[in-house]
Amino acid sequence: MYNLAESLRSALQAIRAHKLRSFLTTLGIIIAVAAVIAVVSLIQGFSHSVTNTFANLGSNVLTISSNETDEDFFSGKIVKVTPADLQAIQHEVTGISHISPRLILARFGSGAVLSGSQTAYAGIYGITSRYEGNASFYPVMGRLISPSDDLGHRRVVVIGQTLITDLNLPKDAVGEYLQMYGQWFKVVGVLKKLGNIGGQDQDDRVYIPYGTAHSLLGAATVPDIEIQVTVNNPGQVPAVTGRITQVLRRMHHIKPGQEDDFVVQTPEQTLGTFNQVLNAITLIFGGIVGISLLVGGIGIMNIMLVSVTERTQEIGILKSLGARRRDILLQFLIEAVILSLLGGVLGLILGFGVGSLIAHAIPEFLGAYVPWWAVLLAFGFAATVGVVFGIAPAAKAAALDPIEALRHEA
Amino acid sequence: MSDAPLLELRQVSKRYVMGDNILDALKDVNLKIAHNEYVAFIGPSGSGKSTLMNIVGCLDRPTGGEYILNGTPVAQLDDNALAHIRNREIGFIFQNFNLLGRANALHNVMQPLIYRGIALGERRRLASQALQNVGLGERLHHLPNQLSGGQRQRVAIARALVGKPSILLADEPTGNLDSSTSKDVMAMFDTLYRDGHTIIVVTHDPNIAEHCQRVIHIMDGRIVSDKLNGKRREARAGV
Ligand SMILES: Nc1ncnc2c1ncn2[C@@H]1O[C@H](COP(=O)(O)OP(=O)(O)O)[C@@H](O)[C@H]1O
Ligand SMILES: [Mg+2]
Repeated sequence: MYNLAESLRSALQAIRAHKLRSFLTTLGIIIAVAAVIAVVSLIQGFSHSVTNTFANLGSNVLTISSNETDEDFFSGKIVKVTPADLQAIQHEVTGISHISPRLILARFGSGAVLSGSQTAYAGIYGITSRYEGNASFYPVMGRLISPSDDLGHRRVVVIGQTLITDLNLPKDAVGEYLQMYGQWFKVVGVLKKLGNIGGQDQDDRVYIPYGTAHSLLGAATVPDIEIQVTVNNPGQVPAVTGRITQVLRRMHHIKPGQEDDFVVQTPEQTLGTFNQVLNAITLIFGGIVGISLLVGGIGIMNIMLVSVTERTQEIGILKSLGARRRDILLQFLIEAVILSLLGGVLGLILGFGVGSLIAHAIPEFLGAYVPWWAVLLAFGFAATVGVVFGIAPAAKAAALDPIEALRHEA
Repeated sequence: MSDAPLLELRQVSKRYVMGDNILDALKDVNLKIAHNEYVAFIGPSGSGKSTLMNIVGCLDRPTGGEYILNGTPVAQLDDNALAHIRNREIGFIFQNFNLLGRANALHNVMQPLIYRGIALGERRRLASQALQNVGLGERLHHLPNQLSGGQRQRVAIARALVGKPSILLADEPTGNLDSSTSKDVMAMFDTLYRDGHTIIVVTHDPNIAEHCQRVIHIMDGRIVSDKLNGKRREARAGV
């Protein structure tokens, strides 16, 4: 298209000649794109921050836990990952730098923790001194669980900071006593604050020695534990996962063809599931808001039709100078597309601004983040709207009779 | 001059139908114009001068008869082909100048060259040359509303000439100008004629027609007389 640049220039000129009207024309598109970008940037920002949190865990850390299959459920088989499994993995699987159990006494906010007349509900976990958690798992006061705590089944506890507020404990809670399962536990450490991830408080947790937790269950009970395994070399993760699977299948007497009754997950896999959900939400939201782009497009068509009528004489002049139908069509079409794209740019900026503001106001969102595909999508949509809704006015302009157009009184 | 006429109209008519009203703006017009003629269409308002000029300029189509331009029958051509002819063969000059209001003088003159696919640099060069030729070399970047009527018409003349058309068509070119600027514009046409251009001027003013070498009277859609202008002919012969 030799005159594309020229059409572009005259389209910009026409837009500049009516700045306010052009702006109002694109308002629909601006709002639609801004809404899409705000929603997407918030959800993606949220996902981004979760991703970073997971990344702290390291991609070479595997978590092994029990996973009841449908078959197990119907046969009533009790599915567990046991300390014996841990022993077997430790002895038989090479390439592991670190292995530790975590005994879940109470998940999330389901375990009662008492202090005086106050009761808090927390996740209660039994861990060894070898437990690594994530990169932010360290005490800001006191210490973590020691080997002798574990061996001696001591009643000590390391607490997350939510417990301090919920139980009205002094800021330095080390040395306080808490009651769980009818027993008194001495606070020996307070963990670094992790904050919220997706509305999920990460600090309403308490950790007691693994041995203590096991004895609380009753020494005769075989506990269902989670096993955390650190692989020496991230490249070895698939191989180690394979060997762990072999060992556990043998330990659990799973016949060939039967499903595993456990899962070996990397943080990335956990994250993958999480991100799938978020992406689905993003798409749905984006789609809903995208419909409003249609409304924006109708606005553009409306004003372009007015513009064609207003500029009838100009079209007549261009035709008298030798403009063909397609020259006129292209010029008006480009004008519509530029208007839409301008709306897209302004909407992008506005949407990101609104997203950032909301992210500031609501800490759970942890910042706005606009992925490149959302930008492309927004522009693609805006351009499409421009073409679709610009074509009718442009065709009208192109089809004008030159004489009648020239006679038209401006 | 070559023997074959530049353009020829045979029994050309233009009929407007508005509901029950029929208006014949042109009736059986026969006309030949050769290269480098300087022709006036003169007649009272509403006689059909502009209609005739628009047909000659391929802006409009006749409803009857034949129009042959440079040996090509024009009636059968489609819109694109007519646009192509307007772009290459015709230079229009209108009473109300018909400049593009948002474009400066230079861009107004560059506009027809866009449709020829001439590159930007060359367009710019040709357009500023054309403006220089009409004495507007200092006004390239003025918008139409920053120019006087006479200057606007000169921009329009530069725009009509920039593509080196076969015919220059001017519809009441001095109708919106005062008498002294009118003289300037007509003097410019006289020079163009002497330089070998073919010019048709539509007017109702005998003083304007006086400049032309051939004067065609139109009344009620018909050619009522077609005479060579004695004074002009002598003047020309004397050159
Ligand atoms: N589009 C049109 N529809 C109906 N009548 C028209 C149209 N264009 C011109 N006419 C009529 O044709 C006649 C000739 O018009 P025109 O060629 O403009 O006259 P002139 O230029 O000699 O003043 C006039 O009566 C005018 O009203
Ligand atoms: Mg007229």
